[in-house]
Amino acid sequence: MRHTFVALVEDKPGVLNRVVSVFRRRTFNIESLAVGQTNQPGISRITIVVDSDKTEVDRIIPYMYKLINVIQVEDITYKPRVTRDLVMVKVNTTSENRSEIMKLADVFRAHIVDVASNSLIIEITGDEEKVNSFVDVLRPYGIIEMVRTGMVAMERGTETIFNNYFESQGFRMPVEFKFAS
Amino acid sequence: MKLSGAQILWECLEREGVEVVFGYPGGATLPIYDALDSSPIHHVLVRHEQGAVHMADGYARASGRIGVALATSGPGATNLITGIVTAFMDSSPVVCITGQVISPLIGYDAFQETDVTGITLPITKHNYLITDVHEIPSIVHEAFYIAGSGRPGPVLIDITKDAQQEVIEWEYEEMTVHLPGYRPDLSPRSNDLAYAVQMIRVAKRPVILVGQGVLTSGAMAEVFEFATQTQSPVASTLLGLGSFPANHPLYLGMMGMHGEAWVNQTIQNADLLLAFGMRFSDRVTGKISTFAPNAKKIHIDIDPSEINKNVTVDLGLVGDLKEILEKLLPQIESAEHAEWLSQIEGWKQDASVRDIKNMQENGHLHAAHVIHDIWRCTNGDALVVSDVGQNQMWTAQYYRHNQPYTAITSGGLGTMGFGLPAAIGAKFARPEKEVWIIAGDGGFQMTQSELSTIVQEGIKINIAIMNNGYLGMVRQWQEFFYENRYSSTPIISPDFAKIAEAHGLTGIRVTKREEVETAIRKAQSLPESVIIDFRVEKEDCVYPMVPSNAAIDSMIRRPVPQADHQK
Ligand SMILES: Cc1ncc(C[n+]2csc(CCOP(=O)(O)OP(=O)(O)O)c2C)c(N)n1
Ligand SMILES: [Mg+2]
Repeated sequence: MRHTFVALVEDKPGVLNRVVSVFRRRTFNIESLAVGQTNQPGISRITIVVDSDKTEVDRIIPYMYKLINVIQVEDITYKPRVTRDLVMVKVNTTSENRSEIMKLADVFRAHIVDVASNSLIIEITGDEEKVNSFVDVLRPYGIIEMVRTGMVAMERGTETIFNNYFESQGFRMPVEFKFAS
Repeated sequence: MKLSGAQILWECLEREGVEVVFGYPGGATLPIYDALDSSPIHHVLVRHEQGAVHMADGYARASGRIGVALATSGPGATNLITGIVTAFMDSSPVVCITGQVISPLIGYDAFQETDVTGITLPITKHNYLITDVHEIPSIVHEAFYIAGSGRPGPVLIDITKDAQQEVIEWEYEEMTVHLPGYRPDLSPRSNDLAYAVQMIRVAKRPVILVGQGVLTSGAMAEVFEFATQTQSPVASTLLGLGSFPANHPLYLGMMGMHGEAWVNQTIQNADLLLAFGMRFSDRVTGKISTFAPNAKKIHIDIDPSEINKNVTVDLGLVGDLKEILEKLLPQIESAEHAEWLSQIEGWKQDASVRDIKNMQENGHLHAAHVIHDIWRCTNGDALVVSDVGQNQMWTAQYYRHNQPYTAITSGGLGTMGFGLPAAIGAKFARPEKEVWIIAGDGGFQMTQSELSTIVQEGIKINIAIMNNGYLGMVRQWQEFFYENRYSSTPIISPDFAKIAEAHGLTGIRVTKREEVETAIRKAQSLPESVIIDFRVEKEDCVYPMVPSNAAIDSMIRRPVPQADHQK
């Protein structure tokens, strides 16, 4: 079963290492990891996907909270959410199949971002299913290289990661942490 | 004022209330040591950096204050590791400061460069690398705050030599800590407290499990009131010893792998466990699926990640134990539980025939007798630091502490060699206390070099070595589970009395029961530290014993000697 964790962390050296250590120590294999800045200066957002049937996966959140630099963590696996992955694929082309590949890209609403005499770089963004089926379609032409950003995710609706974890667990927070928008 | 980073560091430490630092110098801490002269802080020169952390740890456990250890880069820093993990496992507030090579050399495999923040990442509550002198004040302040608040733990600060050397214009100012992700002061909802009150009211067979959290929170008086008001018996973890007076009728003793039989029986038959500041370690629970099967469980702990970690509970209350009990106490009704208490008394009576103290004198010197005598001669009032192994378990069983912060031992990590240095630290924290070390012949040799530290500092500690010629605890497992194949457990030791003499201390050897008390009294009367080498029974075992991953009431019991039994 795949779990998607979203965390807000202080943007400081070594923080990613600490977060990843929580998974490493408990021998979870991280399937994808995406880190970037948020609208809050000094705060980064991490999305981590792990595929695990271990029950300890539920314990990840309390362990993550032990890290001083982790501000907020959520497992949004069961929440309505939007997930996106960006992929760039460098594919072999010949003068015969080039327009065929470009048409396929069009169908998937992918973009051609680089054209060379016998290769193309195609960029596609979407949820996992869409991205995977596009990659499958390209495979027969010969994929030379591929890169994925890893999954990023956001809850649908007005719910945000800023919702209070401890509140939901029944522990009262001493101070409200509010983030200016 | 124009000050160097090193001078700023000492002033910041002083502002945090530090009076003593345990350390060992080296190239990467030369500026720090150079600036020590003008600081009122006392520096204790250790003989191995592991000793420095254990001393800081012992200091912290004996006083509730933060212990400080200082080491140079590279080998100095790596020597700290065992000490740091020991403190981490037992939630002891220690701040470790290490020197680091100059910042332009970091990452170039410079002489004595080690990635110390990398190595200590999973074994500290938090750590820092300082490359800029301006960061020293705020990071030192933050480090002390983190080490001592919430669930305490070790924090390491690695400071580059250039940051120590750089001179800046600086004046101390009050600082506030800004840590948006750190929540040391959680507290439970009032309806959860109400639920707890209800569970406590309907309980017929309650038992309180006290752990180190009682000591950390300073909740001894509240726990006492709670226990007496609800007439609930109290069982302790290894690290909770001393948090409830051992001479009180409601006190049961230690629980778990080497807990007394009646204590484990009480837990297994209880209908309510009140876990106060303990973490249900595997040494306490035995096989989880068999643990306290009929009991509802209320777990109070300051660390939310402990709730439902090892044992699934019916109610978790996260917060400071003292505060939570203060809120609960006015709502708790008085109770009697006479039937339950008399049932426990029955189990206790059954066990007494197996108590070595009740057995006929057989000419053998048992460690249990020695420790019982030390307890008697010190009126149960000494600060006792035990090492690890059989000696540790016998100390836990036979030295009955009535006062908090007087039982110090390495629980979570079980670090052999902890005893001597931790006792030195504890003595610095509480110089007025009579301090005893109870160690094994094996463990004592691991950090024996700190005897010179005792001499250099001129402090008085009494050292009782339970010399059984074996790595006894491992030998015991070999006896029980590996058909007496004593592989690599017989151990040769130096003549410990002569070791004492070589240090200008007094050494005494005891081989007979009747010499025990005289030796203890002599050690007490002498001004210098004393080693007593107790040549105890070689193949004695710690009873009872719960084999690992068995139910805690299926114990291996001490065989009852036939002759004794018939009388
Ligand atoms: C540093 C370290 N190494 C190994 C062990 C494993 N160990 C646990 S108890 C023990 C035997 C201790 O022997 P001794 O110090 O003589 O004490 P005794 O059990 O005989 O009282 C050993 C080797 C340990 N706990 N710590
Ligand atoms: Mg021994």
